[in-house]
Amino acid sequence: MTTTTRERARVCPTPTAVWLVVEGLWTWYRRNWRSSAVSSVVEPVLFLLALGLGFGSQIQPSAATGGLPYVQYLAPALVVASALQTAAFESTYPVLAAFKWNRTFLGIASTPITSRQLAMGQLLWIFLRLSVSSAAFLVVAALLGAVTSVGVIGSLFAALLTAMALAAPLVAYSASLDTEGQQFSAIFRFIVVPMTVFAGTFFPVDQLPAWVRPIVWLTPLWHGTELSRASAFGTGELLPVLGHLVYLTALVVIGARLAVRTFTRRLEV
Amino acid sequence: MRPAIVPDVVAETAVRDGGLVRARGLTKQFGDFEAVRGIDLDVEPGEAFGFLGPNGAGKSSTMRMVSCVSPRTGGDLTVLGMDPRTQGPDIRARLGVVPQQDNLDNELTVRQNLHIYGRYFGLSKAHVRAKAVELLDFAQLTDRADAEVEPLSGGMKRRLTIARSLINDPELLLLDEPTTGLDPQARHLLWDRLFRLRQQGVTLIITTHYMDEAEQLCDRLVVMDGGKIVAEGSPGELIARYCSREVLELRFVTDKPDAAAAEGLADRIEVLPDRLLLYTSDGEASLAAAHQRGLAPASSLVRRGTLEDVFLRLTGRTLVD
Ligand SMILES: Nc1ncnc2c1ncn2[C@@H]1O[C@H](COP(=O)(O)OP(=O)(O)OP(=O)(O)O)[C@@H](O)[C@H]1O
Ligand SMILES: [Mg+2]
Repeated sequence: MTTTTRERARVCPTPTAVWLVVEGLWTWYRRNWRSSAVSSVVEPVLFLLALGLGFGSQIQPSAATGGLPYVQYLAPALVVASALQTAAFESTYPVLAAFKWNRTFLGIASTPITSRQLAMGQLLWIFLRLSVSSAAFLVVAALLGAVTSVGVIGSLFAALLTAMALAAPLVAYSASLDTEGQQFSAIFRFIVVPMTVFAGTFFPVDQLPAWVRPIVWLTPLWHGTELSRASAFGTGELLPVLGHLVYLTALVVIGARLAVRTFTRRLEV
Repeated sequence: MRPAIVPDVVAETAVRDGGLVRARGLTKQFGDFEAVRGIDLDVEPGEAFGFLGPNGAGKSSTMRMVSCVSPRTGGDLTVLGMDPRTQGPDIRARLGVVPQQDNLDNELTVRQNLHIYGRYFGLSKAHVRAKAVELLDFAQLTDRADAEVEPLSGGMKRRLTIARSLINDPELLLLDEPTTGLDPQARHLLWDRLFRLRQQGVTLIITTHYMDEAEQLCDRLVVMDGGKIVAEGSPGELIARYCSREVLELRFVTDKPDAAAAEGLADRIEVLPDRLLLYTSDGEASLAAAHQRGLAPASSLVRRGTLEDVFLRLTGRTLVD
């Protein structure tokens, strides 16, 4: 028995190599994509229904909601918050698993794929996965009448940028861990959840005590939420928008560099 | 079956640099600890080269450097004529690696593991699919092709790891304790497969704790201890140099073995708690001489000198760690 096709193994150029990593992660992911789809699309939709339409019906459109019904005020922020939550999950357990429990990344280290390409592939995978779930959420939100304009496409962009601003450094951190992942529940409890509650998703930040606000300004979620609403409602002003973009992009770039470094340290020992 | 090893590639490489792997003063340090302390290696194309050594000797550390996964701390290393520091991916494209610890994706099927892995080598989906069928047969895993890896037995996982390492038709195959945990059937199956690969011109580097395996498979061996190479040669040469043709074992049940009484009966005598080992060229003659001297062992055994004797002589009988 001999294979009919004759092919020589080769070193792929970086874009192809990164894509092959994405392909591998997708193969792994699609085993149980349904449960992930539930948590990253259905859950935020339920939120939108319960809080936006249910609870929101008790809230009169006011200055605080930009004069809009609450559900329309909420939707562009909710897409950012839920992308961020999904990003937090995808950047933690699966990454540690691939290094420590399943050890699949150690196997990839013996192929022509480099640590750097692997790190970039991991990040690109998270980005693509979030693109799909965030876009799906926005489509549902539009069908529910929660979307006001095509500016919501900018919200999608804001959501992805924000999520990656958290995902990149978090992937770097997860790749450096040699524990059973106890740190992750602390990250969810003390960083991700408080961020979702207080960083402007459900109510304007100026409702918070003055001393809390500077902390909120540090969170990627606040910057992303501001960007998203500015785009959805067409209320953006150049300077603040630029500021948010620069801050979030910087987090992505620094995080990606750190991820490359921690992947390399972990694999090339 | 005939995996696509292209003989001219091997020959070509051989002509170019006179060795598939060449190391000079190779070292590996983890923090302050030096795991590999300056070793020289030359592995020729087409040979089966073995590493023996007690736990912690530095075998895996060396294998990982040769696999271009772990960067060397010092010394020179070329693999397939290239420097792992600068051409790691190019070298890895032509290597097959079976690590000491399996790193399969347990949540995927047997077949998916082969598919994904092959793709990392830039092989097309069609090629990888066909190759996977061939390798499943090679590893006798066809029945389980579409089963998840997780519930497979340790031996099946090991066979899958070995099959996976061949997905890119490697010229050099590195196997770190390939048969640890395999049952005798699976070991013999693997030996047979490795033998076939050698016939096709694949160069093998193997570490093992099984001396019979080393004798069966390896043309040339090095024994490592404490990060250094302490002996090198073919199994036969090593036995001739460090052991003797035959070994006479005298077992004593009640008394402590009387080493003094056996003095001079063999080239070398080793005293164990319940036995005397006499390293001799003629075991029967030494046994007769022992009886004449009035030694009365409870039982005696003449056997041929083995690699295991060599190993124990070179690395000692006590546990290192
Ligand atoms: N990543 C690491 N960090 C620190 N020390 C290490 C690391 N890897 C190996 N060592 C140490 O280096 C030494 C050699 O280890 P290595 O795994 O090369 O031994 P080995 O000969 O393969 O042993 P075994 O037969 O048990 O597999 C050991 O003392 C080990 O503890
Ligand atoms: Mg080892």
